[in-house]
Amino acid sequence: MKKIEYTKIKGQSLAYYGLLAGLGFMILMGLLATWYMEHNGHYVTGMSNQIVWGMPHVFAVFLIVAASGALNVASIASVFGKKIYDPLSRLSALLAIALLAGGLVVLLLDLGRPDRLIVAITTYNFKSIFAWNIILYTGFFAIVGGYLWMMMDHNMHQFKKKVGLAAFVWRLVLTTGTGSIFGFLVARSAYDAAIMAPMFVIMSFSFGLAIFILVLMAAYNWTGRELGDAVIARLRNLLGVFVASVLYITTVYHLTNLYITEHHGVEQFILRDGGIYTNLFWIGQVLVGGLIPLALIYAPGVKNCRKTLGLISTMIIIGGLCQMYVIIIGGQAYPMEIFPGYEVSSSFFDGIVNQYAPTLPEIILGLSGMAVSLLLVTFMIKVLSFLPTSLADSVTDPHAK
Amino acid sequence: MSDQINDSRRNFLSKAAIAGSITIAPGVFLHQTAQAKSDDQAVSSNTRWGMLIDTDKCSKGCTDCVDACNNEHSLTGFDRPTTDAQYIRKVSLVEKQTGHEISLPMMCQHCETAPCVDVCPTGASFKREDGLALVDKHICIGCRYCMMACPYKARSFVHEEIKNQTLSAPRGKGTVESCTMCVHRIDKDGIPACVEACTEENHNAMIFGDLNDPNSTISQELKKHGGKQIRADLRLNTGVRYQGL
Repeated sequence: MKKIEYTKIKGQSLAYYGLLAGLGFMILMGLLATWYMEHNGHYVTGMSNQIVWGMPHVFAVFLIVAASGALNVASIASVFGKKIYDPLSRLSALLAIALLAGGLVVLLLDLGRPDRLIVAITTYNFKSIFAWNIILYTGFFAIVGGYLWMMMDHNMHQFKKKVGLAAFVWRLVLTTGTGSIFGFLVARSAYDAAIMAPMFVIMSFSFGLAIFILVLMAAYNWTGRELGDAVIARLRNLLGVFVASVLYITTVYHLTNLYITEHHGVEQFILRDGGIYTNLFWIGQVLVGGLIPLALIYAPGVKNCRKTLGLISTMIIIGGLCQMYVIIIGGQAYPMEIFPGYEVSSSFFDGIVNQYAPTLPEIILGLSGMAVSLLLVTFMIKVLSFLPTSLADSVTDPHAK
Repeated sequence: MSDQINDSRRNFLSKAAIAGSITIAPGVFLHQTAQAKSDDQAVSSNTRWGMLIDTDKCSKGCTDCVDACNNEHSLTGFDRPTTDAQYIRKVSLVEKQTGHEISLPMMCQHCETAPCVDVCPTGASFKREDGLALVDKHICIGCRYCMMACPYKARSFVHEEIKNQTLSAPRGKGTVESCTMCVHRIDKDGIPACVEACTEENHNAMIFGDLNDPNSTISQELKKHGGKQIRADLRLNTGVRYQGL
């Protein structure tokens, strides 16, 4: 394997500045949406006292989960010693930080009192998995930031592997924590399951890699740098394993619930009678986000087709957002079983499927989180040397282990 | 003559007694007030406030408790049922197997191990020593995780600016709130507004009292006739119990 040369991108083209301006505009729109929602109060959103977490959380949790997944490429190089992934490590770590930042911005701006950020990071209830997550997020920035330093400073290379291992362990704990936000909820039938934590870990592998592949291909395509088939083939195969794993754990989750009588109601709701949630599950999550990408990844005719891989990655992201929507919104839409065995009615919407329709400001806020992530990456690869000058097959050496 | 003297003596004594009573009464009254908890005195776990609801006495369609609560906390709605706050609501139940109908008020159950308290990242959701589950609105960041966690759907999020608040029950846009069991009344030796209304209207479906005091009416009634917890399977040891469920 040749010595890898990293260079900053030039970033002087009109297209580059256009991209920055476009992402900046999206962020501005997100801030305006936040101002509108916070100024009026949350009643102007689709959220209510029944659906308390809405579209912003779908985007925020998706980005946070994808963040830890984006770090996988670096982990495979440093922890598992696969050298072909080594040149991708810097971008992997940068994207991980950027995605987490984007997700947290959305989460923060949807709080009832975002002005109390200082309270959130200084006042802890250590029994709360949410509080632990705040610590895990902060730690993730610090450790992955340190990891980048070890990678980018030649004098610190000797520590790269150890810090990489720490980052890998930290990211596993982080996604376990994110999944446990739902797993620890005893109140609602759709959650309250230990499998939520490993499910989120596996989802992170898939979503994070899909975003990584898109960013990598875009960066190399738009800067005219060479990106060899060897790297792409590896990433494509890895993506196939991750997509299959998500389908597997989703199956296990639903099979378990189908076996347990008290969960039959929520399963019928998600899998059969839930309307939008059932459609998003079968068409969005399973078909668009799972089966079709899986078929395309292993289809012989399009093996080296970059456009197909781009399509596959996009489908996985759309499927991932659908999965988050089904988990977060669908889980709340299903009526809480406070009185099992009774038909329930009240002025507070007991016993009926809760309605939710996302409003435009919520969607804009969510998308602006994605824009924050992409803006950070776009800007940072111009400022520091994150990208190898070439990832041609001759540079990355596909036979090196 | 002696009868006259005796009469005037009697008159004098009775007037003196009345005057004495009037003079002493405020002292007695003040003494009683001094027994109530002063503002800077910490509450004690020797007390656990609770409620017992007899669903057989709770009639369908009656909203006296709900009205009293809304009035007490100035929960004036904005005619937006999905986002308007409800501390207490009337729930109608029909048993699927038998068709048996039950009506009951539902509010924060003031669990001993409250899920809302467990999940709150900042500790804004907290348990008072006397068993009340409350929200410190100064450190609530409005994340709504407690609303996700509450098995009784007892909490509301303040979705818009609140005007005409009452001094005793402050509320704030962007924070979460729920039944406080009228803590502001309890701390002044009063009883919750819902219980008061239910009793005043002679429904007598709600009893409030100290669960830790074996001689309290609520403890005696629970000992005699029992009382169920809603979602007892979660073993949260709720402070609100129900009969007739």
